[in-house]
Amino acid sequence: MTLDRSLVGATSEPQTFEVEKGAILKLAAAIGDPHPDYREGAAAPPTFPTSFRMTVPGLSEVDPARFLHAGQEYAYERPLRAGDRITCVARIADVYEKEGRLGTMTFVVAEIEGRDDDGAHVFTGRSTMIVR
Amino acid sequence: MKPGEELAPKRKEPVTKVQLVRYAGASGDYNLIHTDDETARAVGLDGVIAHGMLSMGFLGEYVAAIAGPKRVRRLTVRFAAMVRPGERLTCRGLVREVSENRATLEVWAENEQGEKVTTGEAEVEL
Repeated sequence: MTLDRSLVGATSEPQTFEVEKGAILKLAAAIGDPHPDYREGAAAPPTFPTSFRMTVPGLSEVDPARFLHAGQEYAYERPLRAGDRITCVARIADVYEKEGRLGTMTFVVAEIEGRDDDGAHVFTGRSTMIVR
Repeated sequence: MKPGEELAPKRKEPVTKVQLVRYAGASGDYNLIHTDDETARAVGLDGVIAHGMLSMGFLGEYVAAIAGPKRVRRLTVRFAAMVRPGERLTCRGLVREVSENRATLEVWAENEQGEKVTTGEAEVEL
């Protein structure tokens, strides 16, 4: 599959992830972030949703070594905590080309939205990737 | 907090290869350009590079230490330069805007040459 604008709007199946205290601690430890809230699972590092590995339509076939992560955003309606079950849907929000130093580069913007078991919106993630 | 106020910097320990392996495991990002020199060289790098998300993690730690992890409402970053094992990053920031119950912070991580490797913005509850 080629990466072009026809992918915009492509949406994944929903996937549910459990926020485990051990996973919070492992991510915090890898970062070297000692905040005490993580020990209790009372909150998760702001970048925790990076561990919600989604299959994004049209991107799973591309060799990951071709992707360059250009930007990332996480926006929260409420903090994540241990015990949450978060159901995520990923979607291609944009595909565009830009002239750079190394010629034309393709940018892909993927959005992931997470909701809790009550259906309440918890977070939105937005990743911008350059495909080489 | 007042607009223009500088935030106290936070100097991180140097990034290590073991940290990149741990970060790969904890995040689920198994792209081998972060953990295997051979793969990294095959795509034209001189060796493994850190996950951009690790430096975003450093900025997450930085703003969570200031506001508390439960009060971080948004963190947005741009990855401007690659980080290699052995490099030591320092997180820095400035207060941009303050409203009644929110503050917008400009934050970045820079290497020891003073180059901003990851730049971003955070919105926190006060």
